[in-house]
Order: sequence, then structure tokens, then C-alpha cells
Amino acid sequence: MKLADMQRDFQSWLIDASEDAADRLSVHAAAGLAVYQNNYRAQLVSCLEHAFPQLRTWLGEEAFRNTAIAHIEDYPPHAWTLDAYAEHFGETLSRRFPDNPDIHELAWIEQALGEAFVARDAAPLSVDALATIDWDAAQLRFTPSLRLHAMTTNVEAIWSALCEGQTPPESEMLAEGGGLMVWRRKFTSRLREVDALEYAALVQLQQNGSFVDLCEMLVARLGEQEGVAKAGALLANWLGSELIIGVDSDVQPLAASQSEG
Amino acid sequence: MSAVFSGYGLGLRREHYQDFLETDVPVDFVEVISENFMVEGGQPRDILRRVRERHPVVLHGVSISIGSADGLNPDYLRRLRSLVDEIEPLFVSDHLSWSRIGGFNSHDLLPVPYTQETLDRVCANISMAQDALGRTMLFENPSSYLSFPDAAMTEWEFIAEMSRRTGCELLLDVNNVFVSASNHGFDALAFLDGIPADRVRQIHLAGHSQGPDLLIDTHDSPVCPDVWQLYARAISLLGPVATMIERDDDIPPLADLLEELSIARNLGLIEARRRAGAVA
Repeated sequence: MKLADMQRDFQSWLIDASEDAADRLSVHAAAGLAVYQNNYRAQLVSCLEHAFPQLRTWLGEEAFRNTAIAHIEDYPPHAWTLDAYAEHFGETLSRRFPDNPDIHELAWIEQALGEAFVARDAAPLSVDALATIDWDAAQLRFTPSLRLHAMTTNVEAIWSALCEGQTPPESEMLAEGGGLMVWRRKFTSRLREVDALEYAALVQLQQNGSFVDLCEMLVARLGEQEGVAKAGALLANWLGSELIIGVDSDVQPLAASQSEG
Repeated sequence: MSAVFSGYGLGLRREHYQDFLETDVPVDFVEVISENFMVEGGQPRDILRRVRERHPVVLHGVSISIGSADGLNPDYLRRLRSLVDEIEPLFVSDHLSWSRIGGFNSHDLLPVPYTQETLDRVCANISMAQDALGRTMLFENPSSYLSFPDAAMTEWEFIAEMSRRTGCELLLDVNNVFVSASNHGFDALAFLDGIPADRVRQIHLAGHSQGPDLLIDTHDSPVCPDVWQLYARAISLLGPVATMIERDDDIPPLADLLEELSIARNLGLIEARRRAGAVA
């Protein structure tokens, strides 16, 4: 049997417990095949348990385990790192719990916290560095650990209670949606809920770092005076939270002449 | 006698981070799982840098998949090279096994058939890995739970030829020899006699469990007396070899592992005295 054929049959055995594949392998000590399949599944279940500890409590042991098993059947692992296996668990949760946004948002929080924990290091921008910035051309750069997601439920309160070992509140939809942000300060991953306006500002800046565009968006929503003041307040808050790691200047000739004027 | 004997070490596990960062742990080296530190940044890399300031570090991988029929993952090799360049490890090792085929990755150390085709493929992969890393790697004999009917050679014959062709060095897991010998009915001493002694750079010791039909390499208990006996035999054949205890589950306080490691040190001393007496 060719090596590649053996490995594909072994893959079929692990994923589907294919009896045909097991027969073709015709190994000595067939009990060994069961050991490898058990190791494969146990390792993936353990990975998901480790990645989603609060979700496991929120769903309950049996529901979490059944969901993990369904996920393993539908999503064989592909990446070289086991950490990546948690990435698509949200898709299985969405299919099995289509009407439970609290579950989806709780899973997002835990996945984002895990990603932020090992995201690329980046030193936060100091307030002193702002003195020489040309704000008309400024492009803000957020820390690479920043993750953003829309929030429709009281998931932050649920997550906090679960982390502290307290009884979590009943899940409920928020009267007005907002956002969740996860990032890392030094070596600690953080979660914060933000209102709809700050969430929109963060999403816009993450896609397009222009501070001028941010001001325009806020002025359009709040009016000239309040919009500009809000931009300044948000900027101060983000700097204090170590979210901003750099400000680039737009070097387009037009922007340069504008800033000179 | 090995020229690169580097003493006695332990695996760095999360439960013992503080011990290794804040106290002078009496080990000669620490071994880490490479993949746990092949990340972009954050606390894991910082901890490894700080531990490296105190101890020599061995990078021990589980995901290179050296037996894959379709070659190695270049992205994996690039990331491992980056870690190697930063840490300047004592050894870089992985397993004689496979975990990936096509786009599938089992995240388990699956057995390879000991055939000529597999030997050719494994040697090509080792050469690629050693070129990518710019250094010699060590490969470990895994525990295995099945064997293939078309095997053309024994595990130790395969390992000896693999090392001869590629220049790779060996990480001898004595517990794995014991487990596989029990599961497949071969003679553990024949294994020790059959591998090239001058290529063995490191030894692993660990605990195992009795499953319904087979011994299972679980790393969740102390090294058993039979494995200590086999270790004593191994160092009598090999001379002093860098030795460490692997513990990955039910992890006890560090003091317990250091006490267990002292057994290896004492056996090493006994063997050194025996050799000195034989010379005298």
C-alpha cells in the first residue's frame, strides 16, 4: 500500500470511522485503530473545552459536549496549530442554536480573548507623541490585538458573572445594540462593551484610519461642536486604554499642502 | 561517551511558570513544546525569553509531521525557524510520525509503516527540515498502537538508516520503547541495541497507563520501575545522555518532579562510577 493511500485511509478512519478504510489498512492489532481515534477526538474536545470555558458553563456540560462532537464531525482540523481549531466553533453554534445570540456572542468573546492573548506585540503610543501630529492627515493605527463585534444581548454581564463564579443573569436582548471590543494591554486580554456610536467609530477607524473621516462621521451624527468634542474624548480614551500604537501621516501631495496651509 | 551531554531537565509546564521565573530551579535545561511558542507575541513568548535567560532550552515539536507523504508545511518551518533563531535552543526535536495529509491535520502522532517508500519520504522531509532550520534535528521514537503488515524492517532498523542517510540525531524515549515493545511484542533490548548509540542526544522518560488491550503513553503518572530499569540499561549502552522527565497531565508540584529527576541523576552517577571502575 502506498504511503499516501495509507494516510488518506487513516484520515477517513479518524474522521468517519470508515470500516472500509480500516479494512484497507489491514493493520496488526486492530485495537490500536480505536486508540488513535479516541486520542483524535479527545484531543479536539479538550481543545474546545479549553478555548470556551465560560460557554461550557453557560451551555451546560452535556449540551457543550454534544455541540463539540457535532463540530468535530463537521469540521476536521486543518491548521498545524491546535489553537486554530476553535476558530470555526461559532459556525457550529450558529447552526445548533440559531435563535440564541447570547451563545454566539459569548463564544465570540472567548475566541477573541484567546486570539488577543497571542497577537503581535506592539508598544502603545504615548501622549507626548501627539504633539507633532498633523491631524488633517493622521491615520490612526490600532493595536493588532483589537477585535470588534456587534453586541445585541447582555452578554458582557453574563461573561463577567461566569468569570467570577457567580450566578449569571438571564440572557436578554438589549434595547439598543452596542459593541464588544477585545484587546490586550501588556500581557492581559481585556473585554469592554461600548455604545453603538463608539462601536461605529471603532469599526470605521479599523477599516479606514483617517481621523478626519472619523470627525466627519461624528459631526454628521452629533453636530459640529459635539461631534468634534466626541472625537477628542474617544481619542483620549483609546490612548489611555493603550489601543493606539501609531499615527501615520498621509503623504499625498494634496494632503501635505492642505496641512501646510 | 557523548561530547554534548547536557545534564538533566524537565518540561516547562504552565503550572510551574512562576517557579522557573522566580526561583533557581536545579535543572540543567528545560524543554518546551515548540508550537506553544510559535505565536505572534504576548505572554508565552515573553515567558520563554525570560526562562531562556536562566536555562538552556530544548524545542520539542509535535506538528512537523515528518512522515507526511505530501511533504512539509513551509509556513510551519518558517515559524519554527523564527523561534529557533530567537531562542538558540540546545536541541530541536520532533517525532518519527505523521499528523497531516492534504489539508487534514490530526494533531496526533500517527504511526508510519517501516517500508522503503516511507524511509525515502521521511529522509527527504528531514533533509528539507534541517535545511530550513539550518541545523540538525533530533527525532523521537513515538509510542505506537498498531503495526503495518507490509513493514520491511524493524523500527530500530528504520531509525538507524534514517539517521545514517540524513545525519539527524535521535531523541530516545525510553517509555515509548517500553510501551511499543509491550504492544507489539518485540524485545526492548533489541531496540536499544539496534539504534546507533552515537546519534542519541537526548532521552525522554514518562509514565504510561494500561488500556483495555494496550499500554497507552499518557504522561500522567510517575515513571514506572520497569522503565527505570530500561533507562539504566540504555545509559549503560549509550553513556551519559541529556535526560528529562515529561509530564503533561495530572501535573504534580515541581518538587515532586525534581525528586523523580534525581533518580535519573543517581542512575547516571552509578553508571559513571561503573564506567570509571571498568577503566581503572
